[in-house]
Amino acid sequence: MKERIVADVSRLSLHGTGSASTTWWGTLGFMLIEATGFALAIAVYLYLMSIAATWPTDAPTPDLLPGTLVTLTLIASVLPNYLVSQWAEREDLRKVRIGLVVMSILGIVPLIIRAFEFYALKVNWDTNAYGSIVWILLGLHTTHIITDLADTLVLAALMYTRHGRNRRRLGDVQDNAMYWNFVVVTWLPIYGCIYWIPRL
Amino acid sequence: MKLRATARLRALIPALALAGCTGWQSAIDVHGASAISLKHLIVVIMATCSVVWALVIATLIVALWRRREARESAIALDPRRQRRMTLAVGGAVAATVIVISAFTVSSFFTTRQLTAAGADDLTIKVRGLQWWWGVEYFGSKPELRFETANEIHIPVGRNVRVQLEGLDVIHSFWVPSLAGKQDLIPGRPNEITIRAERAGVYRGQCAEFCGLQHAHMAFFVVAEEQRAFEAWTALQRDNAVASSDAEVIAGQRVFLSRPCAACHAIRGTAANGKIGPDLTHVGGRKYIAAGLLETTRGSLAAWIADPQTLKPGNNMPMVPLAAEELRSVSAYLASLK
Amino acid sequence: MRDGETKRDIRDTDLDRPALEAALARIWNTPEGLWGALATVDHKIIGRRYVITAFVFLALGGVLAMLMRLQLAQPEARVLGPDRYNQIFTMHGSNMMFLFAVPVMEAVGVYLVPLMVGTRNIAFPRLNAFSYWIFLAGGALLWISFVLDMGPDVGWFAYVPLSGPQYGFGKRADIWAQMITFTELSALAVSVEIVVTILKQRAPGMSLDKIPLFVWSMLVTSFVVIMAMPAIMIASSTLILDRLVGTHLFNPAEGGDVLLWQHLFWFFGHPEVYIIFLPAVGMVSTMTATFARRPVFGDLAMVMALIATGILAFGLWVHHMFVTGLPRLGESFFTASSMAIAIPAGVQIFCWLATLWDGKPIFKTPLLFVIGFIVTFVIGGLTGVMVASVPFDTQVHDTYFVVAHFHYVLIGGAVFPLLGAIYYWFPKITGRMMSESLGRSAFWLIFIGFNMTFFPMHILGLQGMPRRIYTYQPDMPWHDLNLFVSVSSLILVAGFLLFFFDAIRSARRGLPAGDNPWDAPTLEWATSSPPPSFNFSYIPVVKAANPLWEQPDVLAVAGGLRINSRELIISTVASAEPEAREASPRNSIWPFVAALATTVMLISSIFTPWAVVWGSIPIVVALIGWFWPKGTPEDES
Ligand code: HEA
Ligand code: HEA
Ligand code: HEC
Ligand code: CUA
Ligand SMILES: [Cu+2]
Repeated sequence: MKERIVADVSRLSLHGTGSASTTWWGTLGFMLIEATGFALAIAVYLYLMSIAATWPTDAPTPDLLPGTLVTLTLIASVLPNYLVSQWAEREDLRKVRIGLVVMSILGIVPLIIRAFEFYALKVNWDTNAYGSIVWILLGLHTTHIITDLADTLVLAALMYTRHGRNRRRLGDVQDNAMYWNFVVVTWLPIYGCIYWIPRL
Repeated sequence: MKLRATARLRALIPALALAGCTGWQSAIDVHGASAISLKHLIVVIMATCSVVWALVIATLIVALWRRREARESAIALDPRRQRRMTLAVGGAVAATVIVISAFTVSSFFTTRQLTAAGADDLTIKVRGLQWWWGVEYFGSKPELRFETANEIHIPVGRNVRVQLEGLDVIHSFWVPSLAGKQDLIPGRPNEITIRAERAGVYRGQCAEFCGLQHAHMAFFVVAEEQRAFEAWTALQRDNAVASSDAEVIAGQRVFLSRPCAACHAIRGTAANGKIGPDLTHVGGRKYIAAGLLETTRGSLAAWIADPQTLKPGNNMPMVPLAAEELRSVSAYLASLK
Repeated sequence: MRDGETKRDIRDTDLDRPALEAALARIWNTPEGLWGALATVDHKIIGRRYVITAFVFLALGGVLAMLMRLQLAQPEARVLGPDRYNQIFTMHGSNMMFLFAVPVMEAVGVYLVPLMVGTRNIAFPRLNAFSYWIFLAGGALLWISFVLDMGPDVGWFAYVPLSGPQYGFGKRADIWAQMITFTELSALAVSVEIVVTILKQRAPGMSLDKIPLFVWSMLVTSFVVIMAMPAIMIASSTLILDRLVGTHLFNPAEGGDVLLWQHLFWFFGHPEVYIIFLPAVGMVSTMTATFARRPVFGDLAMVMALIATGILAFGLWVHHMFVTGLPRLGESFFTASSMAIAIPAGVQIFCWLATLWDGKPIFKTPLLFVIGFIVTFVIGGLTGVMVASVPFDTQVHDTYFVVAHFHYVLIGGAVFPLLGAIYYWFPKITGRMMSESLGRSAFWLIFIGFNMTFFPMHILGLQGMPRRIYTYQPDMPWHDLNLFVSVSSLILVAGFLLFFFDAIRSARRGLPAGDNPWDAPTLEWATSSPPPSFNFSYIPVVKAANPLWEQPDVLAVAGGLRINSRELIISTVASAEPEAREASPRNSIWPFVAALATTVMLISSIFTPWAVVWGSIPIVVALIGWFWPKGTPEDES
């Protein structure tokens, strides 16, 4: 078939950002998958609660302190996270580097407190169905933090190499920041489920 | 030994074919109130759907082979014909909506009609186990309670509430000639109401996959007139009566001294195991091993000699018995009418 | 940077045609040899591999089906014992659903979607390579366990407690659950790729109303996958947790619930059947248009029907649980919603009929399969409507009536279109035609054999024959029909064998096809057959829904892409205005390594929960290798 050139794309920018980038959409796609997963896990929690005679079953209500601390740290991390994203947008590599180190720390801190959260549940995963589902919810979200932390660490390292100064990598930083917000947002309903629903 | 048992089983097969059953296990050969209204619904829906299918196929045939004038190109479409087609498709969709609404409404009313159990109905309890059925009858007083297995007797023309209890995995209680099915789910008691309009023996079968011997987890519902039913319950309530026949007495001794008693109950004896079916009146039941074999002395002997060959994987082990012991224990069980 | 870029830059407009193609080939081709095979990220190579693997699973699953039919041909047959039979029907169902039907549809999408939307490669090509390897590993896991007599034996929906820690002995149920994890991971990844490809990589000008119907069907399907598969991932993981570390989600003795499993499974399981069916709808629409010689009538209605089916799919799951004793009123709701599916299905059927009515049908093999599809799928759909009625279902649930229903919709509704699609796209994929005469014979054998095999099952079901029984007693009135079914299935197999034979022979010796042998209207036919590694020399510019019919002789294209690195066009979601140029990743071995690491972790975790911890380390290493920039122009631009 003969071709006729009717359009010229040579002036288009190389690598779009935000909704003009495939990575952004891919991240969104995986967020949708995970959000569905979390929603279902919460639905399982509510389902088990609805058929249980007592809730929490054969266990005291979980301690508020560690969970609340995690929540506060996560919420507090949103601000630096936002700043990192802004700096990446403005291609301010120096600040992005510092920001990513800060975000790595803000990823590690909740993980440390998380370890105490599992004790604060005051029930074992193999005690009964209640114990199983709270452990699963907490476990799922912990994996979530760990994945994003790993991503942040790798990006932070990357930013200190020669590959850092690059629109594409800075776009990855922004997508990573978006994902971290998602990690924070998914925690809130889980936090409500584990700690507050039994107190209602 | 094993060979003899299977040979005996072979000989049994023609006999089984003659087993007298009026309503066989079929959703279209119906003898129960629920099954009859279900069959009505099935026939109506199927007939309607057949018409729908025929219309679609007729249209398809005409569409493929009708004569047509040539068109200029693939994309030159006649706007008038497009409009007519829009109307036709719209009409067909509207008809679809009407048909499915009718199906939905009639399904709803059929369901409402089915669940009509009253307070004074006969209530029994059926337990599903891998791979047999435990049946419990209650009475006005605790002494009137009794247990049996794999065979349910009900009075004709009366609603019977069947409480369903799954003890290990999920099973499903289904006597198609009498009613639809209902699952027996561990941790979730269920209930179904059956009612036979005619006397007869109706076969039922577990309908939910439950492991190795799901295929051989049948049972029978015997619907009989009130008098016969009462006579049967009276008999079932009684303890087992051991006859004075020497072989039978020897058989009882074998039964009680062997592991059998650990798993089976025979009321009136020391045997009160709960793992296997209650055998108090096993000789009077039509089949043993959940519909596998018709009850005869021979089939009992074949079963006891080698349950794992007849029903591979079932939960009764082969208990080694001498030929003499086997003969007497089967005589004993056969005598428990 | 800017300066360097302009210096190194060569644009497609700078070269004449042969030089352009040579340059593109240099940058896009997959190197020969094992390394190239393992490292390739070409969607066509991966798609082809995926399709072939899925068809191998079809043949294997078919062999299992024949074993079942052999066993069921006579009462109390001893061909298979109960243990083997249970493994075989579980393998047949799981294999057909998870290793054949879903993957084959995804696979065709992987091959065709980038071509149909006019781009050079699928979005996230490395993820695509990864998902194939993971799929292969899942399939291998299942089949190797089966050969070692460790095949799952709990049915393709593995109901607890039978599959739980108390009754599911050995590792069989774990293997089932982990096979699920593999295949769903792969399906989820493919779906994200397809969604992003369709939303962002469409050729300039291909606005929403100009997207081919097959592409629409893949878009809707992928969204359904994204929303449905997490449910089965949660289900299979929690089943493993119950079995392995002693959680109690499904244990009624400790506050768990048996029905919870069924809810989770069918919340996925019902959409699953539309994941199989919707791509088939897209294939039928494509073939109907080509062979009726006119665009599909009511294409907007078709798209709405696809979307409606996709949405409704999530409101039906309870119709698989009508006899579990849920509240009657709730069940009636699910009757209504299940019946409602007949509306979009009807819209589709009626629009195809209208298309054929108004068109000028050309009776080539693909159209025969379309006709066979309409005849059989409508039967299957109507029996679906029957079982959607709660009271009706209480009689036929878990009987051969349901077995008949789902083979009618799965084979009639999805495999027929798929076989037609193979005949239709075979020339594009291989550059050679399949045989028209063998195709016709195969069609008739399959069509007749299929109906003779599966129609009697409706009657068997009404006569009270439960499914999943390894045998039945001689005094049951089922033996004649069962024998008939078993014998008929030989005709069906003969048809499949003919099809396989034709495909294998034609791949090497079929007649050369040319670019567009069917005079079809969509973009995949605008390039050569088989397409070059870069798909199109210039990215097409789309002005109409049926570009090759509107403008049969010239293809409008866009110029200006760099050709010294892999580059393609990103366009806006709705109107497909070009928005950016985007680098597309090069071949890489890391997806293969990552898949290997994931496989080791997932399989080991069946045996020890700690595998999740130590097994993650190689995965992380592989992922870093995967994403770390290598300094290629694609990475650095
Ligand atoms: C490709 C796969 C596929 C498709 C497309 C369908 C389509 C449908 N299915 Fe099916 N189904 C399965 C695969 C599929 N199914 C499988 C695998 C199982 C069994 C799982 C197992 O237990 O192993 C199953 C089981 C199953 C059940 C559970 C049965 C049971 O276990 O007891 C039900 C119940 O409602 C059901 C309903 C439907 C309905 C209403 C449709 C509808 O979508 C059909 C709509 C189509 C039409 C109606 C025909 C075209 C329309 C017209 C021509 C218009 C005119 C129509 C009317 C006036 C009615 N299906
Ligand atoms: C798309 C899915 C699909 C397909 C294509 C099929 C195809 C077939 N199925 Fe399948 N079936 C299911 C999905 C499918 N099935 C599911 C989900 C179940 C439920 C499982 C469960 O209960 O858990 C089921 C259950 C099921 C049963 C019920 C088992 C039971 O409940 O006990 C039966 C019984 O007859 C059956 C028969 C057949 C037959 C005869 C075919 C035939 O169409 C097969 C035709 C033959 C071939 C396709 C092979 C041809 C090729 C060769 C012979 C080899 C040649 C080799 C080379 C050339 C390399 N199937
Ligand atoms: C470990 C437990 C166990 C032992 C020991 C055992 N049985 Fe059983 N028995 C069962 C179970 C379980 C069944 C039900 C099998 C089935 O149908 O799946 C059964 C079934 C039977 C039946 C058929 C009952 C019916 O109504 O279907 C008879 C008769 C029987 N056993 C007799 C015996 C005798 C005699 C012995 C001793 C020699 C014996 N059993 C030892 C568990 C046991
Ligand atoms: Cu019990 Cu099947
Ligand atoms: Cu369904």
